[in-house]
Amino acid sequence: MGAFITRRLVGVLPVIVGVSIVIFLLIQLAPGDAATVLLGPQATEAARQELRHTLGLDQALPVQYFAWLVRTLSGDFGRSVATQLPVAALVLPRFVNTLILTLGSLLLAIVIGYSVGLFAALRAHSLFDRTSMAVALLAGSAPPFWLGLILVLLFAIQLRWLPVSGMQDIAGNGGALDVMRHLVLPAVTTALGPAAIIARIVRSSVIEALGRPHVRVARAKGLTRATLIKRHVILNALPPVVTITGLQLGYLLGGALLTEVVFAWPGLGSLLYDSITARDLPVIQATTLLIALAFVLANIVVDMINAALDPRLREA
Amino acid sequence: MSELAGAGAGDADTRAIEASPLGPVRSQARFWRLKSFARDRGALVSGVLLVAVVLAVVFAPSIGRYGPDDADNLARYAPMGAGGHLLGTDQQGRDMLARLLFGGRVSLLIGVVPTLVAGAIGLGLGLVAGYVRGLVDQIIMRCLDVVFAFPMVLLAIAIAGSMRPGVLTEIIAITIVLVPYFARLARTATEGVVPMPFIEAARAAGGTRATIMLRYVLPNVFSPVVVYATTLMGLMIVVGSGLSFLGLGVQPPTADWGAMVAEGRVVLRRAPHVTILPGCAILIVSLAFNFLGDGIRDALDPRTIRR
Repeated sequence: MGAFITRRLVGVLPVIVGVSIVIFLLIQLAPGDAATVLLGPQATEAARQELRHTLGLDQALPVQYFAWLVRTLSGDFGRSVATQLPVAALVLPRFVNTLILTLGSLLLAIVIGYSVGLFAALRAHSLFDRTSMAVALLAGSAPPFWLGLILVLLFAIQLRWLPVSGMQDIAGNGGALDVMRHLVLPAVTTALGPAAIIARIVRSSVIEALGRPHVRVARAKGLTRATLIKRHVILNALPPVVTITGLQLGYLLGGALLTEVVFAWPGLGSLLYDSITARDLPVIQATTLLIALAFVLANIVVDMINAALDPRLREA
Repeated sequence: MSELAGAGAGDADTRAIEASPLGPVRSQARFWRLKSFARDRGALVSGVLLVAVVLAVVFAPSIGRYGPDDADNLARYAPMGAGGHLLGTDQQGRDMLARLLFGGRVSLLIGVVPTLVAGAIGLGLGLVAGYVRGLVDQIIMRCLDVVFAFPMVLLAIAIAGSMRPGVLTEIIAITIVLVPYFARLARTATEGVVPMPFIEAARAAGGTRATIMLRYVLPNVFSPVVVYATTLMGLMIVVGSGLSFLGLGVQPPTADWGAMVAEGRVVLRRAPHVTILPGCAILIVSLAFNFLGDGIRDALDPRTIRR
């Protein structure tokens, strides 16, 4: 297992270098030259000249990239164009909030997806099966940001059960319980799409496992249905589900970015939205870099879980 | 395409088709595919629905009495059916039906164009990577791995957010994030075709690399890419509307469905239909593309041909 992890970590290095190049190049996409972008339209020509020189913008692109990389690696993401604050200080607390939302949604997606898929498979073609799969199809095809607004309309505006937006009450002294209350709608919104896909995969995976010879043998042995399912079906249906859950991570992170905007959740998604509106390129770069790195790491973790479940994968 | 049907050989249905004494194999197989597609009610209904939606947005100017940007201060927040507005009006008194129809033009464009362009580029890259192999393959696939390292929506947002907002920006951003998915699929399909005897025969007959790739490999890689493209169009309508929702696409007063949801959000309490309707449009079209994609896949996959 140790060798597997080392191999995986070494293999990911070139990808991370590639990611940093893409993020560095983002600033080249922006209309106008980087100095104008970084200082904002109000800056004087002299200030722009000076920044061009300090950032080395008058040098070749590869030289600029290495200078940028060295600065970024030392934790200097530059200053926000909009607020003039150091980007690192702006981004890190937001990152924690995004993690709370993403992990909450992931947990929810797994719990909902797995239980609905399992029940649907055990009662295949029943009313529950057909209804839940139809709902899953709808939830999987709906735009998550719109789904969030529909949930707000239902549970916050009509029923008044849950808060409309934010992460805490205005006073901010509600504690963890208050954060949980604010987390429900955004987490459900983000989780529904991935949960729908997980449910469909679990269902087909369990139905397939139920038909395998070893399950028939176990049934012939006279095992009760509960033991049979617990011992022989659930575990065997797990590997494809873990893979699919891993694939959903990207969808989940992307969805969380939009959900944050809908619910004014103070994470990286709403920061990204604000910085796009303000054309704040250093913040866009830092946010994108952090999320991409988190995504790469999460994928390695998924691979490790898969390898732990299925020893054959460790050899590959 | 019929070579691919043969690729699944060993399958009872395929053999039955190939051994059929009636007519040439190609037209026979095509007939069963059409028939299987026609029997798939979900796919058929979706296909008809999508054609209807396309016709409706193309002929949007001749449907209804109102233009998409005709604001009417006296008719703001009209509910559905009120005052000659079949689907009501928004906060500026603009007719929702007209806005949905005109907005649909942009939304469909953003869902369809990047998928087609990325499909073509990805097909080319995957074909070359899978056929030429070696260093070329390594370079192409490692570059694509970098794109895979980003969550799809994040990279699209970052690219579009760095450029000037607009429809072209959205199309470029979505195209870039889609290419690797197609390339990977096309490469895998190419790898499956290359060891087959008819490729070896073409090589023995003196076919050049380009001829073999274009005339013999490409047709066999084409159908999985088409199926994938159809299924992805639904998802891309959703992703594209997400970018528009963030304000990265068309600028007001023009709107597509995603931007309409964003506009409606401000008046969610007062006039929920302004938010609900464009979202329903996105949902219905994306569902229809998914059903259509499933139908085409089943029709092209010899294992699912039923009689």
